Amino acid sequence: MILAKTGNEALAYAMRQINPDVVAAYPITPSTEIVQIFAQYVSDGKVDSEFVAVESEHSAMAACIGSAASGCRTMTATASQGLMLMHEMLFIAGGLRLPIVMPIASRSVSSPLNIHGDHSDSLASRDSGWMQFFCETVQEGYDTLIQCVKIAERASLPVICAVDGFILSHCMERIETFEDAPVREFIGAYKPNWNLLDYKQPILVGPATMQDYFFEFKRSQIEGMNQALPIIEAVQAEFKQKFGRGYGIIDEYRCEDAEAVVLLMGSACGTMRDAVDTMRNQGKKVGMVKLRVFRPWPAQVLKESLRKFKTVAVMDRADTVNAWGGALFTETTSALYDLDARPKVLSYVYGLGGKEFSLADAATVLEQAYAGRKEDLVTYIGVR
Amino acid sequence: MVESCIMLSGQPLEIRWHGRGGQGAKTAALLFGEAALDTGMYIQAFPEYGPERMGAPVAAFNRLSDKPIRSHAGMKTPRVVVVLDASLIEPAKVTEGLIEDGGILLVNSNEDPAILRKQLNLPPGIKLYVVDASKIAMETVGKNVPNTPMLGALVKATGVLEFEPMMEAIKHKLGEKFRGGKEKFIEPNLVSVRRAYEEVRC
Amino acid sequence: MAKLKSWKELPCGAIIDDPKAVLDNKTGAWRSQRPCWSAEKCIHCLNCWIFCPDAAIMVKDGKMTGINYDYCKGCGICANVCPTKVQAITMEEERK
Repeated sequence: MILAKTGNEALAYAMRQINPDVVAAYPITPSTEIVQIFAQYVSDGKVDSEFVAVESEHSAMAACIGSAASGCRTMTATASQGLMLMHEMLFIAGGLRLPIVMPIASRSVSSPLNIHGDHSDSLASRDSGWMQFFCETVQEGYDTLIQCVKIAERASLPVICAVDGFILSHCMERIETFEDAPVREFIGAYKPNWNLLDYKQPILVGPATMQDYFFEFKRSQIEGMNQALPIIEAVQAEFKQKFGRGYGIIDEYRCEDAEAVVLLMGSACGTMRDAVDTMRNQGKKVGMVKLRVFRPWPAQVLKESLRKFKTVAVMDRADTVNAWGGALFTETTSALYDLDARPKVLSYVYGLGGKEFSLADAATVLEQAYAGRKEDLVTYIGVR
Repeated sequence: MVESCIMLSGQPLEIRWHGRGGQGAKTAALLFGEAALDTGMYIQAFPEYGPERMGAPVAAFNRLSDKPIRSHAGMKTPRVVVVLDASLIEPAKVTEGLIEDGGILLVNSNEDPAILRKQLNLPPGIKLYVVDASKIAMETVGKNVPNTPMLGALVKATGVLEFEPMMEAIKHKLGEKFRGGKEKFIEPNLVSVRRAYEEVRC
Repeated sequence: MAKLKSWKELPCGAIIDDPKAVLDNKTGAWRSQRPCWSAEKCIHCLNCWIFCPDAAIMVKDGKMTGINYDYCKGCGICANVCPTKVQAITMEEERK
């Protein structure tokens, strides 16, 4: 069905179709509507889900962990400070290998206080053992959230599905939704690896482990993430076969014969596509590589793609405040390091706290990448 | 009365709404976006992302296109500006960025278009449309909610949507909004849209 | 002590899927105070069984039969909840 939906509406709509067993959530801007609309579905009887209204995001994730450990398909939603408050719980969900699915409306992190979109919250959670997807459009957010359920359960890993706060969460766009039945058919029934409430097979969840076992359990979790990429690719292929829309780990836009490309994530990719078209019309060989999957870090995929180009401009919508640019930049350069011939990599940080990222900004980055030169290690776009 | 007729040809038509918090600029943009979608267009509708306070100047935006809309950049040079509250003309700088060659300014005002045009010192390339949407809203809905009638005036001023299909879409949306005993508000709202469509002047 | 497993042999997620594994850990070695039970005084109210934070109170056919010293850590809760008039469990210094 063709519908006009904001990012939040589309994510909530997908959640209704997913019909999770349990949703435990606490509202926070700009993801509030996801929870609000879903709660309306619950009270209208449109889902079978148990909705747990908790007192904080920490409790939300704690409830999700308990629920998922009890064999329930579990979802929540949050953003920014909410994700920060969940932080210690994120690691527990990751370590327990619980396939919790969490849409977020990415937002900056205080201080100073700001409610607008950037990737600071999700990227700050990058070592917590969650897979992370970044979506370009409302449509992609809807599609990806449905895929995430299957990916998470097959990989036994929790997953964050991020849309840019306000820029997508509050932007109404044309989307094409599927009927409920095929969505439920696609995700199938949840078969947990184990179930805390199964008294016939008693288990101990979250034991204390010492030097004898902690590292072994961690090594096992790490392997789960190591094996996740092929699972994502397989689910994306199944999604394309069933619904006709295809997604990759990365999306190369007009990269054939390109000399310089921009690598970035999220809603700014669309703006960048327009800028690439303009430059292509001027005969300049530029392209864009959109990164959709940030965790697991697809080093091999990026290496294969980026080795073809002379220059890669990496654009981060968050800064690590480590005096060495954004996370996407450092991880990209590290992925390319062992190539014999490496592209030159330029680092840009843009759009913090919802700072406007215009077509002209996109063109400037492309021009600099095409020229292959800029002066500073990191360029901060649009900062006075 | 000369109607404009904006044809979509690959480039999105950009519309900016100005209102005060509570006047429904965002709702109007969403409603207009949905109506355009129902006629087969690609759309974006988004509010200005600021603190939401009753009475404070707010803005909302539409992009309409016959092709998928990819940009998520802000809107700097709209083709159309809609002003829900004439008192915003000065403080909100409503003409900022408005395309001077073929731009359209639509204002909710009881002022004569020629006088308003002089007051605003509009460049000749900008077409000015005026409708007393507040009066229409008072006479139909019984409340000063100018956002719904402005949809009718906007369709007349731009010609980007056909009127009757848009009315169908609005009727559908209002039906979703006014439920459970509130159905009686649907018809007056529809009348207000039709009246604004007919009464808008330039 | 069982051989330590490699990471490849562990279940998915930080769980212990063989709860019997705890039997290997003889926590009775932690005990410095020892509960001593008198079969003559005991009225079999099973308060001790209810309150024991481990499973160290042995019961058969609804009757208390003794204390499992392999796992009793000597916390003294059983002696504390034993009715005052009965005092069938008393704590004594553990003698190695």
